[in-house]
Amino acid sequence: MTGVFLGMPSGRVPGPPADVAVGQLTGDRPFPVAAREALGDSRLRRNLAHATSTIRAKRAHVVDEVPDWEALREAGSAIKADTLARLPELLEQLEANVTARGGVVHWARDAAEANAIVTGLVRSTGADEVVKVKSMATQEIGLNEALEAAGITALETDLAELIVQLADDRPSHILVPAIHRGRAEIRDIFVRRMPGVDPDSLTDDPAVLAAAARVHLREAFLRARVAISGANFGVAETGTLAVVESEGNGRMCLTLPETLITVMGIEKVVPAWTDLEVFLQLLPRSSTGERMNPYTSTWAGVTAGDGPQDFHLVLLDNGRSRVLADEAGRSALHCIRCSACLNVCPVYERTGGHAYGSVYPGPIGAVLTPLLTGLTGGDDPNDSLPYASSLCGACYDVCPVKINIPELLVQLRAEHTEAHADRHRIPSPEAAAMAAAAWVMGDGDRFAKAGRAAGAVRHGIRKGRPVLPLPPPLNGWTASRDIPKPPAETFRDWWSRTRGADS
Amino acid sequence: MRIALFVTCLGDVLFPDVGKATVAVLERLGHEVVFPADQTCCGQMHTNTGYQGDAVGLVRHHVEVFEQALAEGAEAVVAPSGSCAGSVRHQHAMLARRAGDERLAVRAEAVAAKTYELSELLVDVLGVTDVGASYPHRVTYHPTCHSLRMLRVGDRPVQLLRQVRGIDLVELAAADSCCGFGGTFSVKNADTSTAMLADKMSAVLATRAEVVTAGDASCLMHIGGGLSRLRTGVRPVHLAEILASQS
Repeated sequence: MTGVFLGMPSGRVPGPPADVAVGQLTGDRPFPVAAREALGDSRLRRNLAHATSTIRAKRAHVVDEVPDWEALREAGSAIKADTLARLPELLEQLEANVTARGGVVHWARDAAEANAIVTGLVRSTGADEVVKVKSMATQEIGLNEALEAAGITALETDLAELIVQLADDRPSHILVPAIHRGRAEIRDIFVRRMPGVDPDSLTDDPAVLAAAARVHLREAFLRARVAISGANFGVAETGTLAVVESEGNGRMCLTLPETLITVMGIEKVVPAWTDLEVFLQLLPRSSTGERMNPYTSTWAGVTAGDGPQDFHLVLLDNGRSRVLADEAGRSALHCIRCSACLNVCPVYERTGGHAYGSVYPGPIGAVLTPLLTGLTGGDDPNDSLPYASSLCGACYDVCPVKINIPELLVQLRAEHTEAHADRHRIPSPEAAAMAAAAWVMGDGDRFAKAGRAAGAVRHGIRKGRPVLPLPPPLNGWTASRDIPKPPAETFRDWWSRTRGADS
Repeated sequence: MRIALFVTCLGDVLFPDVGKATVAVLERLGHEVVFPADQTCCGQMHTNTGYQGDAVGLVRHHVEVFEQALAEGAEAVVAPSGSCAGSVRHQHAMLARRAGDERLAVRAEAVAAKTYELSELLVDVLGVTDVGASYPHRVTYHPTCHSLRMLRVGDRPVQLLRQVRGIDLVELAAADSCCGFGGTFSVKNADTSTAMLADKMSAVLATRAEVVTAGDASCLMHIGGGLSRLRTGVRPVHLAEILASQS
């Protein structure tokens, strides 16, 4: 193995970000700007509201019927915490067991290394086409684009991922990448981009659309010599990889081709085979709202005469060691990519996934993305992500591995303001206002005077609006809401007038 | 019981009627209310906006003020706000520890253990659901995020409202969805916040209620600010004010 930094915990990571993630993790504008555009798209709003409310109800139903759900969450969280505490050892164990069973393990420090390894492996087979199992890790590193640059065609075989690929679009959800598309749009995409489709017989009936995709994909499965997958879990003690899916297209990719290349984030390792018992209960109920997903494929190395005879596992760091070294942020690596937090998030439901800029959207994306890429304190769009939440806490309630996302968001906001202060000599107007407010609120007498001053300006508010327009960002409030008129007398003055100086 | 009132900074300066109503309810039930005059703010705005250093100073001040009130005979601290009580209970000790002040963290935990949101105090500590109120209006209740998911007040506010004479309590659709306030979120992400508010307002309007109530003046300021801007005629009234009413 190469000298991969496995991030022994050492508190906050200072200094030049040589270990930050690269890949499709950063958009081209800050969240509030991208969100504004999405909020005006009525078709997107309708598609998302419908899809997220449907899946929310399904999840709630199948979670409520599990009597030991909270104990399962505890177990999932505990296994992940244990895994992260001894990640280097477990990864080496995984490597040894995969190797012993005939697989080849590669270590990739970042997206560029992973893409180079995979491209090289595909080239060495002589193939110019690969079939792909839905995988967030390969989305994260932009593998399809890297393969295309090398003259290799990557065909996505997950139906929603295929829709996104055919439309030259980007995924907007971890589990349902085409959640932003309605079925009429999907029909149009198929008519325009899917070879051999008969526009006259193709309706927007989901069964008809799925049948068209099946015909399109089946041929590719039979032709393909190389498949590329991600992994939901990698079992250290046995060298087993696991992919959890609904459609069976993943199973086709994992069994038919001669060569299988799996790209797995290093945090996906679990210590023991029996740990899957916990996660295979948590994951389907949290993600698709099913008691059990239709297809769970597991394989270890190579089995003679059965399935791919050439297996490669690419272990991807791409910023994960950096996150592991962050004591507060580490729990974000518990994530099993179920997307339950996206489906309950009121912000995600209204803005959709593209507004986040990263392949990881929603609440988990708002913490994981800036943890992976690092907060700059400058104008990096990812600096806006920790603020893309009202801290309503719905995400934490549904997280199957108990990631306290609201607390992580609050912590990342603190790291962001510190990074901003380190980078700029003059405090931001916001920082100055906060410091002034803290000074006033640091003392009862000062605060009492400020309260009276607020009462004195009450006549500066007419019909819910200030007579003098408020400066940004405060005018964001008055754009859509009235402001209350301060009372003539504060509570404390009323108390002292009516009850004396009693304390 | 002697109860120390933490009126909250927003309640003190913008919504004094909420504090007055809290005092009225507790005194009517035969309890003594004290108001530690040096109190200011729990620091939640600073914490949640990323200014933990500033917030720790406010945590220290809050702890000093209320540990003194407790030392002087108060048996509980009440806040007519799920969010501010949540900040005291779920953020204060954490902030002190992050600042490396373990002693302050332990003191903050002691104050937090005695701090209750109004409906918790009434139902759990004082053991009452009928506070002798009457309020002949059509009302819908919005459970605020921090009461619901941080403090887990559950249906305590509804238990209290159900006992109010003359009230016509109507259920709010998608009640547990955030109204979009989120403190500085409402200005930093004003568009998204407004989109969330629009859905909350349409749920409120669908109830045909005259009054929307909640346990947090801040969320009510947000919902009420939207309802007022659109001249809907629905008014925000804090839970404490309904419980104090004997109209």
